[in-house]
Amino acid sequence: MLRFSGKNLSFYLLLTPLLLTLVLLVILPQLDMLIVSLRERISYGEYTFSLLHYQEFVNEPFYWNTFLRTAVMSIMATLITLLLAFPIAWYIAKIAQGRNKSLIFLACLIPFWVSELVRTYGWMILLRESGVISVFLQWSGLASGPVEMLYNDITVMTGLVYASMLFMVVPLVSTLEGMDDSLVEAAYDLGASTFTVIRTVILPYAMPGVISGCIVVFMLTLGNYLTPTLLGGKDSLWFTEQIFTQFITRFNWEQGAAFGVLLLSLSSLIVWLGLKLSGQSFKKAVAS
Amino acid sequence: MIPSIPQSQAFRKTYTVYVGLFFLFLLAPLIVVAVFSLNDSLFPSLPWEGFTLDWYLEDTKERRGLFHDRAIVDSIGTSLMIAASVAILSVCVAVSNALLFERHQFRGKSVLYSLMLLPLVIPGVILGISVLSFSSGIANSLEDNYGLDFEFLRPGFLLIVLGQFAFISTMATLVISARLRKFDIELEEAALNLGASHFDVFRTITLPWLKPAIMGSAIVAFLMSFENFNTTLILAGSDSPLTITLFDRMREGSTPVLNAVSTLLMLGSGVLALASLFIQRKK
Repeated sequence: MLRFSGKNLSFYLLLTPLLLTLVLLVILPQLDMLIVSLRERISYGEYTFSLLHYQEFVNEPFYWNTFLRTAVMSIMATLITLLLAFPIAWYIAKIAQGRNKSLIFLACLIPFWVSELVRTYGWMILLRESGVISVFLQWSGLASGPVEMLYNDITVMTGLVYASMLFMVVPLVSTLEGMDDSLVEAAYDLGASTFTVIRTVILPYAMPGVISGCIVVFMLTLGNYLTPTLLGGKDSLWFTEQIFTQFITRFNWEQGAAFGVLLLSLSSLIVWLGLKLSGQSFKKAVAS
Repeated sequence: MIPSIPQSQAFRKTYTVYVGLFFLFLLAPLIVVAVFSLNDSLFPSLPWEGFTLDWYLEDTKERRGLFHDRAIVDSIGTSLMIAASVAILSVCVAVSNALLFERHQFRGKSVLYSLMLLPLVIPGVILGISVLSFSSGIANSLEDNYGLDFEFLRPGFLLIVLGQFAFISTMATLVISARLRKFDIELEEAALNLGASHFDVFRTITLPWLKPAIMGSAIVAFLMSFENFNTTLILAGSDSPLTITLFDRMREGSTPVLNAVSTLLMLGSGVLALASLFIQRKK
């Protein structure tokens, strides 16, 4: 009997920190954000229920254009990252051998250890008007004057893809490493072309890795603030910037909270769709 | 394709070149940052004017090196304090979470586990604004109703630590749970049979087994906190941590001091990364 109560006591002792964390830092704050987004300020300290801030979002083209643009660019960035990362993951998992292999894999991890701020700053130094690439182009005669490569969509896209590369490579490598080479050999023996092998053997096998990579990259890109702000300048029109502007600059928390709810819904919707389409469970995709 | 399938020479060459270019793409921004911190020029750009350590060490009006830049040195201190607090707090809660999920069976376990993973799929900015709005709500109602003013519920040190802890503790829980899962429970049973108390068993058997995972996740938690930007930006008060100070400076324009700080950051993360690899190798 005594042992039972000891076991129970330890159970509740272990449960408390988790529950406190979840309730105080995740559940209540998210609910609070939802409530704040649904109220309208009448006078000091007096609020009433209202959909005003969602109406504002619908009626103001600037807001929903930014929202759509952020979503579309995040999807594009995810696909480009997947396309660029797949051959690298394949190289690491199947072609590189021994020491070489772990070295290449480590090199892929380096940017993860370095702050996103430093990486973005590096791109600024490379791409701006007085930057390294501009000087190089003038020196080689490819350009007659300084070239400004910052503050456009292609640069923002480059930065976003760069920032998320690792989160695609790692899940892809771990899925592909589990694949038996003889599957590919068998497909070739049976006369399949390279394209057919990729489409019918490799891709289906790699799908769990592809999905978890895409979900993580999409979420990180959607929530990114640094890269669009620093590389895209004032006109980068990223939705997180709108949230930040409403909260910090305009002090309009109700509007900012409404934007937050919208962004969170979009991100959850895409994650849910990704899991649904691939038939994976949330736990497996996130925990891997 | 795989080595056992013959491929044309041209294909293999193109593939190797692609991998080479990929790594150039990966490392180029980091290299230029470090190189221009050593350039003897007022701007971090070409041409190369010669080697100097001024941007680290010099203390004149025109060239104030990073170690003499008060704002930067102070914010490094703030960041170190935040990161240490987040790392310690996250690891303690993570050990508790791991024991809960690996050792206990209870109703609603699966739901609770999913809830614990949730912070990983909430964008950092949203985690930030929700914590800010929640704590300000409490602070305002305490002030209006009881006249109490709790400074720590306003943006600043504590809110940054809590906001970062919300998702970093989840990461640490995953790492430590994975290690605990490989533990042979019979070792504990043997110790209990030999008369050890539950506490002694935990201290002398379970904890040493978890040590590599604890150290590893503490290092990663420290780095994640030190380098965090999205959540921190929203929750930062007047004494801003390093990433926020750097961001504000970058928007004003770049100076080689920013390169010097960035290089220092890279070296710091490099040392920690090697340390965590070393710990993993040992286990």
